[in-house]
Amino acid sequence: MVSELDYLKESASQTAGPYVHIGLAPHAAGFDIFENNFSHVLATAETKGERITIEGRVIDGSGTPVRDVLVELWQANAAGKYNHPADRQQKPVDPTFRGWGRACSDFESGIFTFETIKPGIVEGRGGRSMAPHVNLWIVARGINIGLNTRMYFSDETAANAADPVLNLIEWEVRRNTLIGQREERSGKRIYRFDIHLQGPQETVFFDV
Amino acid sequence: MAGAQMAKNEVEQSYGEFAQRDRTVHPPPFAPTYKTTVLRSPRNALISLQNSLSEITAPVFSRDELGPLDHDLILNYAKGGLPIGERIIVHGYVLDEFRRPVPNALVEVWQANAGGRYRHKKDTYIAPVDPNFGGCGRVLTDRDGHYVYRTIRPGPYPWRNSVNDWRPAHIHYSISGSGWVQRLITQMYFEGDPLIAHDPIVRTIPSESAIRQLIGVLDKNAAMPLDSLAYRFDIVVRGARATWFESHVQGQPAMQRE
Repeated sequence: MVSELDYLKESASQTAGPYVHIGLAPHAAGFDIFENNFSHVLATAETKGERITIEGRVIDGSGTPVRDVLVELWQANAAGKYNHPADRQQKPVDPTFRGWGRACSDFESGIFTFETIKPGIVEGRGGRSMAPHVNLWIVARGINIGLNTRMYFSDETAANAADPVLNLIEWEVRRNTLIGQREERSGKRIYRFDIHLQGPQETVFFDV
Repeated sequence: MAGAQMAKNEVEQSYGEFAQRDRTVHPPPFAPTYKTTVLRSPRNALISLQNSLSEITAPVFSRDELGPLDHDLILNYAKGGLPIGERIIVHGYVLDEFRRPVPNALVEVWQANAGGRYRHKKDTYIAPVDPNFGGCGRVLTDRDGHYVYRTIRPGPYPWRNSVNDWRPAHIHYSISGSGWVQRLITQMYFEGDPLIAHDPIVRTIPSESAIRQLIGVLDKNAAMPLDSLAYRFDIVVRGARATWFESHVQGQPAMQRE
């Protein structure tokens, strides 16, 4: 008789549903309940780093923006350090910057935005540098298990070319789905990042 | 020296890589009996990533960010009266796949009211909004991974998938653990609800055992006599692996590398 491993199984994921806002962003659902609300604004006035806006839409297989999506963002600070005890890089934590936020798409336009700072280079596996990037997690009605992806920055050509994660993607054309495009609009630095759930431009999603 | 070494090893052990996700317990992204998945599911294979710092870290939440009534859905939106419906306590543990408790996990919940109506500007179901019920709450797990909140048992409601599909009573859960890869959204169902067997969203889950794991069970021992019944619901998130051999998540410290 072979002995059995007594590991547990991860709880099955279920869709966040159309009313995800109630729990995770009640203001978007149309009411005020918590004193402290999580938001899409990550940087305070004291946060170190270049102020940026990340703006995009999540687009379904018909080309229609998904208007009930919730996106979470997790990133390192301007020095490339995560505000978490597992990050043992010899870099300073920025106490004004948790590095996390959540955003809802607009119910009309489908656009989501994050107000944050551009992250620095983070040390990757085996000491290889990872180009500046933010980690994104996408949930909505019709998405049975949250989708993980990353956004890299269009003005980091050299770092992107050496990035160990981008280089895992065999198809160069698909790597481009992970590059946020820098724009200047009324003095703001905006990275535009549309996430395609399906179709010829389908975004690369990761099994992390 | 020995102390510093031990401290370093403890950090390694507490914050190692996570076990690879077993996707066989999860619903497939493309599940056409739940129609909305058809246009919202990727068609390409996921690209598998080994854990880096980006995956083993995650936002840290603190108790002072939550209000004293955030975990009491009976009182946190009461406007001079109490919400209508069955008063219940829901509690359980957030554990990882290796049976270790996950302390300080942020558990966020949301649900319909007793009549099956959500307080949401997009919900137009005929059942009335309850003026004293918001339908959301949140709590951090304690050092044992335990969480508890109080609420009203939600009602079932119809939804447009087929024209006569009904969601069983359920409470939505969002879990944020110590690593970004542990992020999970799921739903708790109620023991004995006949609608579970008919629900297209439940049926996207491939195995009966994984469905059973999402059903909260009556826990009379946790009830408040003459006040509230109780349900027990444990949640399992990705397991942090022990690092018996050298971890490659981070390179060697800079001084040693030179």
